[in-house]
Amino acid sequence: MKLFPIRGGIHPDYRKELTSEKAIVALPMPVALYIPLQQHIGAPAEVLVNEGDPVKKGQMIARSGGTVSAPQHAPTSGRIKAITAIAAPHPSGLAQTTIILEPDGKDEWGELPEPIADPFTADTHTINERVAASGIVGMGGAAFPSAIKLNLGTQKKLEILLLNGAECEPYLTCDDRVMREYADEIIDGARIMAHALGVPRVVIAIEQNKPQAIDAMTRAASTFSEVEVVGVPVQYPMGSERHLVQAITGRETPAKKLTADIGVVVHNVATARAVHHAVRFGRPLISRVVTVSGNAVREPNNIEVPIGARVADLIAFCGGFAVEPESLINGGPLMGQPLPGLDVPVIKGMSGILALTAAEINQQPASACIRCGNCVTICPCGLVPVEMAAFIRKDNFKVAAQLGVMDCVSCGSCSWLCPSHIPLVHYFNYAKGMINAQDRERRKIEQTRILAEAHTLRVEKAAADKAATLAAKKAQAAAAAAAKEKDETPA
Amino acid sequence: MLLAVGSLTIMGVTLGSILGAAAYFLAVEENPLEEELKEMLPGSQCGQCGYVGCGQYAVALAKGEAPITLCTPGGRAVIEVLARKLGVTADLSEHEEKVPEYAVIIEDLCIGCTRCIKECSVDAIMGANKLMHTVIADVCHGCAKCVKVCPTDAIEMRPIPMTLGSWHWAKPEDQHAMH
Repeated sequence: MKLFPIRGGIHPDYRKELTSEKAIVALPMPVALYIPLQQHIGAPAEVLVNEGDPVKKGQMIARSGGTVSAPQHAPTSGRIKAITAIAAPHPSGLAQTTIILEPDGKDEWGELPEPIADPFTADTHTINERVAASGIVGMGGAAFPSAIKLNLGTQKKLEILLLNGAECEPYLTCDDRVMREYADEIIDGARIMAHALGVPRVVIAIEQNKPQAIDAMTRAASTFSEVEVVGVPVQYPMGSERHLVQAITGRETPAKKLTADIGVVVHNVATARAVHHAVRFGRPLISRVVTVSGNAVREPNNIEVPIGARVADLIAFCGGFAVEPESLINGGPLMGQPLPGLDVPVIKGMSGILALTAAEINQQPASACIRCGNCVTICPCGLVPVEMAAFIRKDNFKVAAQLGVMDCVSCGSCSWLCPSHIPLVHYFNYAKGMINAQDRERRKIEQTRILAEAHTLRVEKAAADKAATLAAKKAQAAAAAAAKEKDETPA
Repeated sequence: MLLAVGSLTIMGVTLGSILGAAAYFLAVEENPLEEELKEMLPGSQCGQCGYVGCGQYAVALAKGEAPITLCTPGGRAVIEVLARKLGVTADLSEHEEKVPEYAVIIEDLCIGCTRCIKECSVDAIMGANKLMHTVIADVCHGCAKCVKVCPTDAIEMRPIPMTLGSWHWAKPEDQHAMH
């Protein structure tokens, strides 16, 4: 297959050998699971259970909270211990409502929806409904509810379902292991998704530094003519949705548009596996594979974790810390976010937990920009990081937005490369946050104006009505008085 | 040559006088700037700026009599828009960026007098006579007018809590690094 070049990018030290040969192992059931209501983009789920309720494995414990939302299910059987606010696996460490489940050790399945007997004759709606009810969200990290993306076929003309197995972030090997060990499940899930989307072609893109995964997937796909496995060049950020689409099709996704607008829908390989489980067995998304790695961990590993296990449980399973980690990261080292502590739970979009030593991070104090222009050369989005950062430093978000800061994918290549160690991507994340906050404020003001105008109208109308009634009464009284006078006047 | 200069001069004088006359006779009496400024303000007539409503504040702004930093509900966003329109530099040092707040009715203290309901310019308070009132937090824009009219001090302003959706990264600290 002919591939197309993508712009810029970097070649960091991949350090995947720490875990790439470690087969997936299941985490022993922890003493408690912490299931947050918000594990996805969109509205948080709504609780369906009460404290003290017994639940079965796979039972829905929180339902979807809106059009863009996803339900949560019990990862094992047990009792609801509490529903309370605990710290989220988010850099802010803000508390959010979380269901605490105490496993009973029996791991008994509850009543599951019937498997869809022949998904390739089922209609899009049936499959999407199942995917939505199974709480499946994008497992590559963004955690966008998958059913919505599977519905795109009804709105746009699509050509390709692109399965993202690039896994371009250093350290992470969970997708690599899932592809090696569950290739058949992924291919089946992908074919079901392609059927739901109504696309004729499935392309599975895997970076060439994972030859075993490419082999396993090619073997599993060999019987299906519509499925093609492609090895893509090792170039960070190849796993970015837009860049992968460009590498495969040669088409660039316009700013503020979706890849679906140019005919391609991208899903992560682990998401395809979850779809397979949901459609073929009726099983909701209640566990995922997480890479626990970094030199501060004694025995790095790939672990199949029930959703809601604490990060501390995973670290303990990996033999604890060899040295005190300098930094704890949720996701990969380039795009991952710092974890606020070890007591936060694993959620659906968490692909890796990294405990890194100071030597691995090699953090340096920032110094003056030497105008080398490297950040401009390597920016995969074709932006000018040095200039954007200069304006953001002065809080000039308007110019930063004109320079395209909202099109930055926060891949971190510029920060990684900068010889002066300027935290470029940090500036861009700050600017994006500020611009979004300003947008929210503007919308609120607009809403306030509409409500205030409606209020004024109503008050004026009420006053006018009152005046009219009063006038009518007065007129009536006057007429009555006049009539009376007339009666009294002798003829 | 003379003909060209002459004709252009005559044309200039004639057209100039027409324009002058038009400007005199067809002048818009109201300052159009006022209307534009009014559009930029939240329009909730909360009166926190010290003027009766947004219209009056806009008039004062157009005359250059009022600082652009008085609108509390509008916050920084409105100040910046006004600054651009009026071509002045927003002096944000004096502007205390208040954390956005919303009103909360302490239910134990509410006697159901409906005074706050009448005061609310965005209909954000629900309730009825002698029944407990409550504020629809999403709609409240934090003008605090209801706080002033409550006879039992049952309303207080609370900062809108940060959520996972509204949180974002703060500015990097080592700013001296870039030139």
